[in-house]
Amino acid sequence: MSDASPSMNDAILQVEHLSMKFGGLVAIGDLSFQARRGEITALIGPNGAGKTTVFNCITGFYKPSEGMITLSRRDGSSFLLERLPNHEIPARAKVARTFQNIRLFSGMTLLENLLVAQHNKLMKASGYTVLGLFGFSGYRMASAESIDLARHWLEKADLVDRADDPAGDLPYGAQRRLEIARAMCTGPELLCLDEPAAGLNPKESMALNALLMDIKDNTGTSILLIEHDMAVVMQISDHVVVLEYGRKISDGSPHAVRTDPRVIAAYLGVEDEDVETVLTEVGDEDVIEQLDTGPDSAHGPGTSSSFLAGPVTDTVGHSEGERVTVSKAASKAGQVDARSSAAASKPSAAKSSAAKPATKAPVKPKTPGVSNRRGGRK
Amino acid sequence: MAVTASPERDIVATPMQRATREALYAGAIALGLFVLFIGLKTDQNISNELILVQRWGLLAIVVVLTMAGRFLYVAYGQPFLANQKIVDVATGLLPESMATRFFRLPYFLAAIITVAVLVFLAGSLDGLLGPGLAGYARFLRALAIIYALASVMFYFRTFIHAHFSALGITALALYPVIVVLVLALYGGSVAAGFQGSLKWVDNFGIQILIYVMLAWGLNIVVGLAGLLDLGYVAFYAVGAYAYALLGTQYGLSFWILLPAAGAMAAFWGVLLGFPVLRLRGDYLAIVTLAFGEIIRLVLINWREVTNGSAGISGIPKVTFFGLMTFNVSDPNYIAKVFDIATSSAYYKIFLYYLILGLCLLTAFVTIRLRRMPVGRAWEALREDEIACRSLGINTTTTKLTAFATGAMFGGFAGSFFAARQGFVSPESFIFLESAIILAIVVLGGMGSLVGIAVAAMVMIGGTEVLRELDFLKQVFGPDFTPELYRMLLFGMAMVIVMLWKPRGFVGSREPTAFLKESRAVSGSFTKEGHG
Repeated sequence: MSDASPSMNDAILQVEHLSMKFGGLVAIGDLSFQARRGEITALIGPNGAGKTTVFNCITGFYKPSEGMITLSRRDGSSFLLERLPNHEIPARAKVARTFQNIRLFSGMTLLENLLVAQHNKLMKASGYTVLGLFGFSGYRMASAESIDLARHWLEKADLVDRADDPAGDLPYGAQRRLEIARAMCTGPELLCLDEPAAGLNPKESMALNALLMDIKDNTGTSILLIEHDMAVVMQISDHVVVLEYGRKISDGSPHAVRTDPRVIAAYLGVEDEDVETVLTEVGDEDVIEQLDTGPDSAHGPGTSSSFLAGPVTDTVGHSEGERVTVSKAASKAGQVDARSSAAASKPSAAKSSAAKPATKAPVKPKTPGVSNRRGGRK
Repeated sequence: MAVTASPERDIVATPMQRATREALYAGAIALGLFVLFIGLKTDQNISNELILVQRWGLLAIVVVLTMAGRFLYVAYGQPFLANQKIVDVATGLLPESMATRFFRLPYFLAAIITVAVLVFLAGSLDGLLGPGLAGYARFLRALAIIYALASVMFYFRTFIHAHFSALGITALALYPVIVVLVLALYGGSVAAGFQGSLKWVDNFGIQILIYVMLAWGLNIVVGLAGLLDLGYVAFYAVGAYAYALLGTQYGLSFWILLPAAGAMAAFWGVLLGFPVLRLRGDYLAIVTLAFGEIIRLVLINWREVTNGSAGISGIPKVTFFGLMTFNVSDPNYIAKVFDIATSSAYYKIFLYYLILGLCLLTAFVTIRLRRMPVGRAWEALREDEIACRSLGINTTTTKLTAFATGAMFGGFAGSFFAARQGFVSPESFIFLESAIILAIVVLGGMGSLVGIAVAAMVMIGGTEVLRELDFLKQVFGPDFTPELYRMLLFGMAMVIVMLWKPRGFVGSREPTAFLKESRAVSGSFTKEGHG
């Protein structure tokens, strides 16, 4: 395409102060980020961080509780996605998506899957069925064109040999590629991929990377990507946004994010004791220096009796029934924050260790001299 | 833990032992099931008191029959079926299939000779054999004819399979002609041929084709879009009453009212569609069921307009596009125009071709729509509604068009029904009709036009044929009415078919587009839809 290399500072998607609450559960809290045109933006975070919820808000499957999602198209028009009906987001705002649990039309052939994706274009060409029913030539031409487009994407996804097989018959990796090809057949400007590399073997993962890079370079379609496979994320993304418990904890280039201690603590989901190891491996001198003390295992719900758990309001209060807030104390990124802020004032190790509730189930053996940083906040 | 094998495990029961044991079990189950159904019967005596009639003999017969059936199946049927799968050591081939053994040339010739002899003796059968045996002879003749036809079909099976649609349409188009010719030869005069054809053209031909059309209409909603509609008969009723009321009150012609009835039914389809858009699966089925009942109750209770349960009679007949009529009193009555003998069969034959044309229109539109974006969207909706929305398909309008299109064909069929009967009443639009139409769609294989047509033929034709089993009276005595058992036989046949072919007669679907070659998609991949 002609405009395959757009300017770098042009935001295609702007998410501002997005919140999504399910009853009392805050799935996303005040999230803001940008996805730039022509780039691959990765949205990462541990399980349950709210990544798919963000996707569902962007693609209209959920209506966000608060916030604004602006999509700017190449022709200058912009859409507030939270106000568009579900099906108009792909049709008018040109946002396509794939699903974490693949949603193909399994009883239809690969070609048919790609033709369904071109529904709106073909509906117009067929005069909303009426003209097509009487065999007008305009529809036949549009139909032939749509088959050509489908063939193009089948070739890109390396599936053209199986074009006439049912989609349900494909192996898992091929189904993932087909779903991406199907989304591309809608002619999107923003392609949202929900864990495209999940369940792929390394070879398929490589092929997927190549396909995504090809889409980025040759169609000018921007990509927003949820992924757990770090090889994929670090290799292809230009920009990474990290979520934890519905909040953004980091935002930047893959390298910057990779070395962000909060990300390592949160995203990799390591045990607190292992954070140091990971950081050491990453080679961040700064962090190693800061982390001269061990972390705390007193995170998680149900420890409100302990002063170690932070403010009572932050903890999960199941007993109240109605209001469920995600415990800030459970956030590993929060712990790192706390550590950094308290790097100067070291509290007494003995005191905080002694204050540990004896009833806590997974009490980990503590090495002498390891103190809890959060103790400093009391 | 050590595995302890009981010594009895090693002894393999012979088929005879097993058969005896299973026959006893089957007998016990049959006894338990039928002791109250068959063993006891409530009746009224001469002074209108309720009495209990005991029928232990009949119960014993039924139980013994069940045991004998189970014994024969386990002792001989199962080993036989198992042998069918064993390759012969000498030749390395599987045994001949049952069908090739069943359809052999000598048998075929024997059947032909039997038919020829019995047809030749048709007039004198009663005199030769007496009325009792003559009945059996006629039954034997019918069986021989069926066998001969089945043999021919078996012999040409690949050809028939390849050209099924074309052959089917040709056969349907020639059906009245063949019936009239055969009956004219049989009866010896053209008039007798026309008169005798009434039953075959009307009771079989038109009746089956009405259901074919209804089932093809419902197929759009259930088979393609995957929306389970249990109230389809409502649209049939709307079409029928639209023609009945407008035809009798304003004297409008069928050819104007046919599209009007379709449009009205489509309108009601959209009206039903709106409230049920958000419903899926069981919930949708219940609401559509209720809608069907509401329409029927309105027809019963809105007496000023619909004349209540008494129905509307005197519905005008269809004319031959205004050129000829089928009313004997009219000056342009068809017999007067062509100067031929008066017969009511002309109208029935005309109606047959009319409904055949309507069926072909339905099939043509359905086939055409399936290859259009809207048809693909229906099927995609059946497969995965959420994925549809993620591709920018407006599922609301897609569902509504499915409802409207299906309802429109129901409306066409309804107005035809009113014209054929000359009388409509709410009695014709009960839930059972919806259930039968849905059963045809499911039995035929959801989405497949050919399968559904075959299913309609089997279901509707089958029940009609079971009316003809008069010879059974000679077996079970004059009190026996075979018509009463036809639904039982029919239910059993349906259960067997669904066990044998769980996805219906045609379980696969034809793709609507292809790059290299069109390969049928196995039924195991397609979804039934969730509403």
